Amino acid sequence: MNLKPETLQRIDEVITHYPVKRSAVLPLLHLVQEEQGYISREAIEWIAAKLELQPINVYEVVTFYPMFRQHPVGRRHIKVCRTLSCALNGGYRTCEEFEKEFATQRGAISPDGEVTIEFVECLASCGSGPAVMIDDDLHEKVDCAKARALAAQIKAEAAARTK
Amino acid sequence: MTQPAQTDLITVTIDGREIAVPKGTNMIEAARLLGIDIPHYCYHPKLSVAGNCRMCLVEMGMLAFDPATKQPVMDPASGKQKVNWMPKPVIACFTNAAPGLHIRTNTPLVRECREGVMEFLLINHPLDCPICDQAGECKLQEQATAYGRGYSRFIEQKNVKPKRTLLGPRVMLDDERCVLCSRCIRFSKEVAKDDVLGFVDRGSYSTLTCYPGRRLENNYSLNTVDICPVGALTSVDFRFKMRVWFLKQTPSIDTESSVGVNTTVWSREGVIYRITPRRNDAVNDTWMPDSGRELYKQVRAENRLTAALAAGQSATLDAALAAAAELLKSAASAVAVVGSGRSSVDEQFLTRKLAAALKAPAWIVGRAGEGDGILLSTDRNPNTRGALVTGLIKALPGPQLGELAAAIDAGKVTTVLAVNEDLAAAGLTAAQLAKVRVIYLGTHANATSAAAQVVLPALTVFEKSGAFINQQFRLQKFVTAVPGPAGVSDDLATLARLLVAVGGPKLGETATTLWPALAAEIPALASVSFAGIPDEGLPLDSKPWAGLRFGEGASLHFQPAAAT
Amino acid sequence: MPHPLERRVIFQHIDEPGYSPDLACYLRQGGYAVLRKSVQRPPAELIDEVKRSGLRGRGGAGFLCGLKWNLVDRKSGKPIYLIVNADESEPGTFKDRYIIHQDPHQLIEGIMISCYANNVKQAYIYIRGEFPHGARILETAIAEARAANFVGPNICGGAYSCEIYVHRGAGAYICGEETGLIESLEGKRPYPRIKPPFFPAVLGLYQCPTIVNNVETLCHVKHIADIGGGAYAGIGTPNNTGTRLIGVSGHVQRPGYFEFESGKITLGRLLHEVCGGPLPGRKFKAIIPGGSSSKILRCDERFKIKQKDGTVLDWGYEDIPLDFDSFAACGTMGGSGGVIVMDDRVNLVEALGNLNAFYAHESCGQCTPCREGSLWMKKITARMVHGEARVEDGELLKNVADQIAGRTVCPFGEACSWPTQSFVQKFGDEFKAYAETKRQPRPVDALTLV
Repeated sequence: MNLKPETLQRIDEVITHYPVKRSAVLPLLHLVQEEQGYISREAIEWIAAKLELQPINVYEVVTFYPMFRQHPVGRRHIKVCRTLSCALNGGYRTCEEFEKEFATQRGAISPDGEVTIEFVECLASCGSGPAVMIDDDLHEKVDCAKARALAAQIKAEAAARTK
Repeated sequence: MTQPAQTDLITVTIDGREIAVPKGTNMIEAARLLGIDIPHYCYHPKLSVAGNCRMCLVEMGMLAFDPATKQPVMDPASGKQKVNWMPKPVIACFTNAAPGLHIRTNTPLVRECREGVMEFLLINHPLDCPICDQAGECKLQEQATAYGRGYSRFIEQKNVKPKRTLLGPRVMLDDERCVLCSRCIRFSKEVAKDDVLGFVDRGSYSTLTCYPGRRLENNYSLNTVDICPVGALTSVDFRFKMRVWFLKQTPSIDTESSVGVNTTVWSREGVIYRITPRRNDAVNDTWMPDSGRELYKQVRAENRLTAALAAGQSATLDAALAAAAELLKSAASAVAVVGSGRSSVDEQFLTRKLAAALKAPAWIVGRAGEGDGILLSTDRNPNTRGALVTGLIKALPGPQLGELAAAIDAGKVTTVLAVNEDLAAAGLTAAQLAKVRVIYLGTHANATSAAAQVVLPALTVFEKSGAFINQQFRLQKFVTAVPGPAGVSDDLATLARLLVAVGGPKLGETATTLWPALAAEIPALASVSFAGIPDEGLPLDSKPWAGLRFGEGASLHFQPAAAT
Repeated sequence: MPHPLERRVIFQHIDEPGYSPDLACYLRQGGYAVLRKSVQRPPAELIDEVKRSGLRGRGGAGFLCGLKWNLVDRKSGKPIYLIVNADESEPGTFKDRYIIHQDPHQLIEGIMISCYANNVKQAYIYIRGEFPHGARILETAIAEARAANFVGPNICGGAYSCEIYVHRGAGAYICGEETGLIESLEGKRPYPRIKPPFFPAVLGLYQCPTIVNNVETLCHVKHIADIGGGAYAGIGTPNNTGTRLIGVSGHVQRPGYFEFESGKITLGRLLHEVCGGPLPGRKFKAIIPGGSSSKILRCDERFKIKQKDGTVLDWGYEDIPLDFDSFAACGTMGGSGGVIVMDDRVNLVEALGNLNAFYAHESCGQCTPCREGSLWMKKITARMVHGEARVEDGELLKNVADQIAGRTVCPFGEACSWPTQSFVQKFGDEFKAYAETKRQPRPVDALTLV
């Protein structure tokens, strides 16, 4: 496992938060995914060894939580809320709009590698739906027009990067 | 007679019937004592409680007391104390005996709960019962019949999960049949201490799996097959070989080590198909090692001895016995006897008698292996203690027959009677074997049978009855599961007849007829009859051997005597 | 700007221009004065204040906070833990988000007072994984508070020490269930524990006595410690004391989050006056009053409420006061304060299909009825919407739900059944007619919900 020294330092620090090492499974998974983008088999085994667990103990946890990925995603991760309040305000249309913009389907990496679009369950922003999270940032009232604007922004950033 | 203390007994009421049970008894076990079946899947008496299948839901109530006066509230209609029934059902497996506890297992609510759980368990089940190897011992089938609704209301697509996954060399998994009871996971973690199984994903898509890159290959893996209540986990060795309802079950003992794991041998028409553990809470709970399940294969092994030999020629048993007696008698006092820690108590008794009649020294061969702390001990003989109790040996055996070898080299021994032991494997060289005349009684061909002047074929543990004494000094019996090969006589008969032929006393030729002699002569076995040995075994007084340094470490239900 | 009908206590500074989540801002507003004052008082006195306040938990069940604290095993000799349930994930609920993001020190002060009152030396904030910024804001705020001696060793210069750590979830509704949360915090799959015997107050985190309180609840504790339990009990109505955070989503003109005195305004005034009523040209059809699990109300149904004096009140939805007991009397619950409004465009089969997909996705899968039943209900509603609907499907749905509720390890069984039971009970005709509805041309304004 090739983790940055600062990540390793944070890992060692966060383990001290708990009287039982196993409690650090979620924090370690978050830290590893933040750095590596997803949770590999190697990461599972590394975390298990670090916390004196069996790999299956970590694997069971990784597969339970949708936020942990076992495969890479696109450069940006677009998560559209699917649940009722957002759906009542057009969440499904918002998601379709993103899919159209990036010529991709939910769950897949877009052909340009730029995004992965997913439906997620309630983001607790029901009063300002449709709610969309792009990576760590929440976007509110994302109707189709706003979805197009967000998509344009992502594409512009991608274009700037490749220049 | 003093009455045992009753303070820990608690009276509970199940379906209107009272029963006193020890504190901590759960309601599934309490009901079982009354002959009431509370169906369940995840609950297993030897594992932690998971409470996940919800099949054992029952109604629960407590005796009513007035909160203000603390006085019992009486029901005017019945004149009895009122019971406050809870509106929601509870799981019987996690409801432990408490004073005043009432349980109802046969109300409309309970029946409806069971119907509901049965329906839920079946909606995503493949219902491939005709080709499922669990048929005949499938709890899903049995309880669907007993407690199910009888028809399906599910018209949606069933979940798709992995089929035919080899979890390890001996266990096959069909995830679509799995009811996610977690018994196998708990067993692997809690008993086998090999935490490789787990659930991945969640909700109805939860899937039993072995960690990728690891295998369920510990020596207890097949216990997961035993405790799987459905056809999700099956034995690679046994699957599709035979329908279980055709099989006869015979109680037996695992001969792998001095633990003396209780087993059941499953056979049909003289052929053994599998061996499974037989519950003994004092010895092996409900478990056994995988290695012990393979032992039935020795019955039909290629090198099985099936006929008597005398001077290299096949002979009738009578002729072979006569030849053996002649050899032994003609050797005057230069005979040695090698008995076995794998022989039964009765056989060891007769072996001792033979040694006495021949005025010969006797040894047995020590057999050491690694102890696994569970159900395999370091003493890989099932009956070392039998040899001590019967007086065949006085001291613990070594792995090599060093004294015998020296006696042969010195010319003091010219004839060896070997019972169930390969002298070559026990350290005698080919030269030493060549120097002596050997009478070999054994089940399989080996260097000793090849060198022997007389070969007397013998039976495996599955083909005869007898008893072993395990590391706890527990006398445990095994019974004939299948007949031996045609023409092979019972070991007891062979030994008893040889004893008479060399001028010894006439003793019984079967366990039943021989045991009175054992009981009369051996203090530890006084008043024991073969038929009287209970299924769970009979603990013997071990004090006479307290001074010996037995090598076994701690295992499931065994603690070595504290070193003094 | 808060609506004139509001009484903002917890949300006092939410969206206030110039208010920031840093410690300096909080201190300018008099922050941590209550903590300073509280650590001078005997802890038992603070527990008494909370008992006197009548504070009910704001996570959904409305359990009395003082009673919860009272149940804690203080004789075990084991440490007592406090866990802040910041796993806000009941659909329709979005109140804690604003406290966490905009006023984290209010929460921290409430946590520290509660910890002091209960002799807790270690608190964890379990925050849902979807609030990454919230987690960072809390961590920064805790660091600030630690530097200023409000968190950590010898707080406010006294003998009492207590540490707070933030623990992030990773996308699981079941972690809002307190024992599922505890398992998750222990690093395991968040399978809820069986109660009895695993009541957190006795056998909680690491099998030690544990208090699990909602974010909003702990903020109320700060205000109770400030003004006293008696004064707090004077806010709201008896048995429904204090203020209540309410979130309104769905089909109203002005959705959003509000704070009212409990029981002092009705659902009708909330939706029509505060939220501006239905969208132009629309009519309210149905309301889910307390998070997606609460039973749905029809906007044309009448509720007969029996009073203690024998009289019977005849309420429509608009007459229901916003408090725990009134919603309970109407056969539903105030729950987490998340009100979801649906207008006449919504087909209830499709709305249920949306919720069933949520519950099937979030069922942890530990116990049979919820695991299999939640997905079955999802499959039925999905088939009705995308395939063949049958007249009998509504009855089947309700029957499946009836086989779940009350038979599971945890309250998720009820949470996933109540929508189906109440939707079918109250809109049975819509379920029966759905096959026919599908044969009609789809209305142009139809919503996609599933």
